[in-house]
Amino acid sequence: MFGKLSLSAIPYESPITMGAVGGAMLLGVLILALITYFRKWPYLWKEWLTSLDPKRIGIMYIILALVMLLRGFSDAILMRSQQVLAVGASQGFLPPDHFNQIFGAHGSIMIVFMAMPFLAGLMNIVIPQQIGSRDVAFPFLNAVSLWLTVAGAILVMVSLGVGEFSKAGWSGYAPLTERQYSPGTGVDYWIWSFQIAGAASLMSGINFLVTILKMRAPGMKLMRMPMFVWTTLVTNVLMIFAFPVLTVALFLLTLDRYLGMHFFTNELGGNMMMYTNLFWIWGHPEVYIVILPAFGIFSEVVATFSGKRLFGYTSLVYATVAIMVLSFCVWLHHFFTMGASPNVNIVFGISTMMIAVPTGVKIFNWLFTMYRGRIRFTTPMYWTLAFISTFAIGGMTGVLLSVPPADYVLHNSLFLIAHFHNMLIPGTLFGFFAGYAYWFPKAIGFPLNEKWGKRAFWCWLIGFYLAFIPLYVLGFMGMPRRMQHFENPAWHPYLIIAAVGSAVIALGILFQMIQLLVSIRERHANRDLTGDPWDGRTLEWSTASPPAVYNFAEIPVVHDIDAFWDRKEKGVAYKQPERYHDIQMPMNTSKGLLIGVFTFLFGFAMVWSIWWLAILGALGMIFMVIARACDDDTEYVISTAEVAKIENERYRQLRT
Amino acid sequence: MKRKSKFVLIGLASLCVAIFLAGCSDMLILNPKGPIGDAERYVIYVAIALMLIVVIPVFVMAIWFPWKYRASNTKATYAPKWSYSVRIDLVIWLVPIAIVTALSILVWVETHRLNPYKPIDSGVKPIHIEAVSLDWKWLFIYPDQDIAVVNELVFPANVPLSFRITSDTVMTSFFIPQLGSQIYAMAGMQTRLHLMADEPGVYHGQNQQFSGRGFSQMHFKAIAVASVEFEAWVQKTKHSSDKLDMARYEEMGKPSVGYPVTYFSTVKPDLFDHIMRKYNSMEMKPHAMGGKSVSTHGKNGVSEDS
Amino acid sequence: MTTDASTIDSIDPGQPEHSDTVAIQAFGFWIYLMTDLVLFAAIFATYAVLGQNYAGGPTGKDLFDLPYAFVETMFLLFSSATCGLVMLAMYKGRKGWVLTGLAVTFLLGLGFIAMEINEFYHMILDGNGPERSAFLSAFFTLVGTHGAHVIFGLIWMAVMMGQVAVKGFTTPVQSRLMRLSMFWHFLDIVWIGLFTFVYLMGVM
Repeated sequence: MFGKLSLSAIPYESPITMGAVGGAMLLGVLILALITYFRKWPYLWKEWLTSLDPKRIGIMYIILALVMLLRGFSDAILMRSQQVLAVGASQGFLPPDHFNQIFGAHGSIMIVFMAMPFLAGLMNIVIPQQIGSRDVAFPFLNAVSLWLTVAGAILVMVSLGVGEFSKAGWSGYAPLTERQYSPGTGVDYWIWSFQIAGAASLMSGINFLVTILKMRAPGMKLMRMPMFVWTTLVTNVLMIFAFPVLTVALFLLTLDRYLGMHFFTNELGGNMMMYTNLFWIWGHPEVYIVILPAFGIFSEVVATFSGKRLFGYTSLVYATVAIMVLSFCVWLHHFFTMGASPNVNIVFGISTMMIAVPTGVKIFNWLFTMYRGRIRFTTPMYWTLAFISTFAIGGMTGVLLSVPPADYVLHNSLFLIAHFHNMLIPGTLFGFFAGYAYWFPKAIGFPLNEKWGKRAFWCWLIGFYLAFIPLYVLGFMGMPRRMQHFENPAWHPYLIIAAVGSAVIALGILFQMIQLLVSIRERHANRDLTGDPWDGRTLEWSTASPPAVYNFAEIPVVHDIDAFWDRKEKGVAYKQPERYHDIQMPMNTSKGLLIGVFTFLFGFAMVWSIWWLAILGALGMIFMVIARACDDDTEYVISTAEVAKIENERYRQLRT
Repeated sequence: MKRKSKFVLIGLASLCVAIFLAGCSDMLILNPKGPIGDAERYVIYVAIALMLIVVIPVFVMAIWFPWKYRASNTKATYAPKWSYSVRIDLVIWLVPIAIVTALSILVWVETHRLNPYKPIDSGVKPIHIEAVSLDWKWLFIYPDQDIAVVNELVFPANVPLSFRITSDTVMTSFFIPQLGSQIYAMAGMQTRLHLMADEPGVYHGQNQQFSGRGFSQMHFKAIAVASVEFEAWVQKTKHSSDKLDMARYEEMGKPSVGYPVTYFSTVKPDLFDHIMRKYNSMEMKPHAMGGKSVSTHGKNGVSEDS
Repeated sequence: MTTDASTIDSIDPGQPEHSDTVAIQAFGFWIYLMTDLVLFAAIFATYAVLGQNYAGGPTGKDLFDLPYAFVETMFLLFSSATCGLVMLAMYKGRKGWVLTGLAVTFLLGLGFIAMEINEFYHMILDGNGPERSAFLSAFFTLVGTHGAHVIFGLIWMAVMMGQVAVKGFTTPVQSRLMRLSMFWHFLDIVWIGLFTFVYLMGVM
């Protein structure tokens, strides 16, 4: 009846886990109680859970990302603490079975459930406005993407209290992930959460690609698009090509595990190297998927806060496209030590190094944007400045690792960990934090507190260096990654410094939480009345903060790069149009949320082999899609009078 | 505020340098004891040096530009429309391309020279070792001496070591950091590795690819001794009462953590090939990737040394 | 201030024309089909790599029945032809022809699936199921994934028959029929590749 599920799935024997589960459940209950007490369910349902507005969907994505950041970071703190304690005679406080789940959860959550939702959220909020559009190409599909991602995230969170998570790392190498070597449900949770979130990302990729190519405002030729739109466009191309390969890699592993097939097993003809190749053909473009939007954000931020046009726009576009092409040609560098011939390793080593060229071009373009500018040191600019230099170290170590003989001694060591965190934290995460601070006023209506933002920034920067520079040293000392325990006392002092670094980062996260509370508390005094708190250059700053649901009452015509700055210079930034028109917008629907619910049930049922529930979930998903397809009444009209009312209020506010 | 930032940044930079310098002698990768490791260290240094050509200017500009062009510095030139320069574009594309070209030559030469399948040219007859990774221990078979050891590798210094490596469990990675390259061990397949120690010593060996519950304990001592001592050690091992036949192998191979160092005085003939063939139900031709190479040719066509 | 086109700062194109929406839907669907192609390519690549790992078991030559596969192919090819006829009838507004054509296409597709299930069933019964070897895992998965896509297409086709019958040729219905026909032809093309690389080359 319940497949493999029984009460013994609850990890009673692990007090830390039970504590975390208890705490999470308590928090969940508290939040539900508060919503009920303040009678906010109708509001929540109508304005958020059934909304097809990308501005709302984007905010929900970012909330998900921030929550998962906390979960992924707790995993990091646990790992650092364990490695401080577990030397020599001491086994630390995390036995291998627990530690091995933590590092897998950390990587899986940070990449798939923190970085991907964060970038999807920022794209949702910003892209339609930056291209002068009212919406994305496929608003319902957009909602489905959100709720599938949430379903995947909940599946990962549930694995904490019901069963276990994968003990084979976020990359899930075969044959360790085969049923024979990983008989529990951990790998299945990993497979289904990734599969579901991967489908969501693929749909987003299609959605935003079509949006950017087909829904730009008149006059916005490709070479007049903001840089964030360019990087989003390229990111979506990467998503479209890469995610189907992940789908296949996971699907074949699923067939091995569930139906006893032999794609990646040791015996009967399976080949583990096939898994490695398929996974990394997705895996490498994936890291460019998470970094390119950050590059786009840095472009926007550096131009705005230097009061200057972005330097080398054309070069930046070509560099971005070069990165797109090259990112598909490098995947083998993740396994130089798997025994390929020197010629094969050389080809992939050189193609990897080649990516450093366009990336370097971007860095110099950002630097020269600042040159002869008038720089304002806001929080987004802080994140950007820290990124430029710190990321260069990561790039250097990356090129170093791309030389196969160097990789032969550094592969899978903490040097590798330091390298990719050096890309992901100062690169992706700082970029997303910059975007968060930059576009928060636009999305929410009031800015984030600068003081606490800068305090958080310093903690992150100092914490990052303390946490990861020692790891470079440890890599040179020969320490491998994923170690629950070690013998060599020479490694110990560096692990202590790294742990201190993670504590400093924890302080930074605390400051970010305080920042949010303080900003909310001070919101009335700081309300963004113009919609343009930074003296911005691109179209999103011409709308209200937050914008009307339709973004633009009249679609702007674009004549140049930095379309809003162009209008400011021509004196037509805030010209009220003579007349308004009816505007058609998509209606709310619960079907996106319901598809997410059915998908979660399907995933959970597949993990525990509860076949009737899996069939129910699958049928539910299909039924919802068919129901939506048969629904003719999916849009509503905002009348001219209503539009006029909203716009007149906006212009009244602008005049004060 | 600015001055505080400056102090923080300088403090941070000093701390990082100090962290690196303090660990100098323990950084095994940078203190190699064999020709392979030596060459690899050289490659690391050259690559870093070439890249500093780009990284140092980036750091300088990333600190100098924001400081000079801060909004409060009204004396600095403000050129809000200046957004392109052909000269700068050429430099920022061509200089990195030149560096990458130089590095590519380094990659070409060194990747061939340091091909793990390539025997070490030393005029001395190599010692053949067959390494099998298990859960969670290493078995080392010496086919020429007909002995085997679990979790300890003893060999003569200044003599090339020629490894055949496979796994009787999941994917692992055979690695002696202070001697040089690692390579994966995979069931049903063999990989090759060639290493040599320049001087006697006790070196740390480990599994570098996560393989499950006992992964952290999957390390061994790699002991380089004088040739005379090695012969003596071989003789001593041949007096061990433990014999590695199939039954003993199966018993020893059961998943366990912290298996004690064990010496076997004789080994079932062709045990290594038998372990590989277990996973291949039929003879297969070597492929670039898909096939399992049971033949005498390595995956990249380099034939076995004598 | 001149009033020529270069200083127009905003226009209102009104609501996107219906054809705009249809064009966007078609374009989006093309992109989706390309991702599906990548999916099939990855499974094809797996088949190419593992397709000769027979593990001492049967090979394609032992198992594949070319005449049988040829009949299957004919079912699918003819269904593609009738699908094309359906689209022509739709453009002419012939509801009756469309419904009949969809039904014929559906039956032909169903025939293809029935033959495929029958082929799988007998292979499994003989002990040559996907768990026998990597070659068989790859075969069943590649052919089976295509078959699963066809089944989804059949479900979609049934829904469309319902929509045409009840709603008639509204713009959304026509747009969906167009996308369904794109999907159906795409599956046909994938099958040609499958038939060639798996069946034909497997037997030669």
